[in-house]
Amino acid sequence: MSAEKFQIKIADEALIDLNNRLQKTRWPDERPGSGWDFGTDLSQLKELVNYWQNDYDWRKQEAELNRLSHFKAEISDMAIHFVHEHGKGPDPFPIILTHGYPDSFLRFQKIIPLLTDPVAYGADRSDSFDVVVPSIPGY
Amino acid sequence: MDDLQDRLQNIRWIQPFNDGGWDNGISIDYLKDLVDYWQNEFNWRKQEAALNSFHQYKVNIEDYQIHFVKEQGAGPDRVPLLMLHGWPDSFYRFHKIIPLLTDRVNSNEDGNGSFDIIAPSLPGFAFTDSPPGEVTEQHMRHVAELLYKLMTEVLGYNRFAIAGGDGGSPLAQLIAIYHPESVIGIYLTDLGWHVSSIDHSLLSKKEKHYLEASQKLFMKQGAYAMVQGTKPQTIAYNLTDSPVGLAAWIMDRFHFWSDGEIEDHFSKDELLTNIMIYWVTGNIASSIRGYRLEMQSPSLTTKDYVKIPVGLGLFPKDIGGIPPREFAERTLNVQHWKEMPRGGHFTAWEEPEAMAEDIRKFIGKLRMKNFE
Repeated sequence: MSAEKFQIKIADEALIDLNNRLQKTRWPDERPGSGWDFGTDLSQLKELVNYWQNDYDWRKQEAELNRLSHFKAEISDMAIHFVHEHGKGPDPFPIILTHGYPDSFLRFQKIIPLLTDPVAYGADRSDSFDVVVPSIPGY
Repeated sequence: MDDLQDRLQNIRWIQPFNDGGWDNGISIDYLKDLVDYWQNEFNWRKQEAALNSFHQYKVNIEDYQIHFVKEQGAGPDRVPLLMLHGWPDSFYRFHKIIPLLTDRVNSNEDGNGSFDIIAPSLPGFAFTDSPPGEVTEQHMRHVAELLYKLMTEVLGYNRFAIAGGDGGSPLAQLIAIYHPESVIGIYLTDLGWHVSSIDHSLLSKKEKHYLEASQKLFMKQGAYAMVQGTKPQTIAYNLTDSPVGLAAWIMDRFHFWSDGEIEDHFSKDELLTNIMIYWVTGNIASSIRGYRLEMQSPSLTTKDYVKIPVGLGLFPKDIGGIPPREFAERTLNVQHWKEMPRGGHFTAWEEPEAMAEDIRKFIGKLRMKNFE
């Protein structure tokens, strides 16, 4: 039951396929002026999708995510992905951070360094944590 | 057509779960089979030509470009019959029953009369777009007025009958309540969803039992209605952009609302033609918005009572099953009551012969009174 190092590397074909789909989006109409009242606002979603299609850079985000230490471990026939960041301090305390829906391990991207490296954020080095963030099964 | 083919070719399927069964929603095995047929065998041009064998028209009424089928009955003794569909179907719900009703049939109850059939695409459905300024207060009441104008001002009928189920039921009731002088009778296949909010303290044990059972079923089956009644716009993006997503959302209802297996009653060509009518027009978004509009501003309440004659043709596998008659009589002047031996939610489409015969029985009596 050993953990293997893991890196995120999405195939180019998947990104090309996604871009194709974004380009071909068929938009619904909306009730004018309904904003978010009837569900996700059409103009805001269009703006987000426009950014996704034209400005968003998955490779940049992927590299950023890969700066964390990722692993996969086989437990009861399930290949569980998790981030494991060691605490900087004399005796880091282990903590597991479990996400929900509709997020993922990404939910904790910003809080991980605050917990592993308290000194960098003006807190006591004895308060550091070993942080484990799994992608919970099915996510 | 090319764009659709492209999307069908590039479907990203989810992993099968639960042995491909129906327990978690639509069966992936069933859906893959249907989509395979859609992609490789379904011929839209053929279906389009079949749809165009009906006489269809468009008319502008208060900024709504209303599409409707109008088929004239045989012989001199014809009752105009407005036929109103629901969701997730369209005027296409009536494609099998129309020829049965326009035909002149000799029967004891109905003399040898026939019907002029008017089957509109309801506003926001199929080929009747919802205009940008759609009315939001008592939306169905407004739609009922548009349909009344279609029958009277546009088509010149002073007296007519209505048949409707699902969304078509409350619409028929609204026209009957606000224009009783023009409507000789309405034939319904359900009571309308407003009756579930009736004051329970008034009800008999039998009625309470019926309502409790149907509410229990709704908690297992009603997710679609809650989504459409609260956040229709959010699901509309999926349904407008993905043909397989649209097919899944619609076919899940056909599965649970049909009597027996889906394809015992509907061919793949029929099922896909119904889905195509939603896909090619892009009107899934406006069709489901009606749920939300009606939830926030109801047009019909349990205080309303239909005084003109009502015929009920009730199909055992329709949503909630067959209600007790005394429950129906709280809001409707029930003059005709028929419990069908089989059939589900899509009534006129699933059991066209049984429904046509029953409409003749009910309207036949009114025909003698009103048109002779």
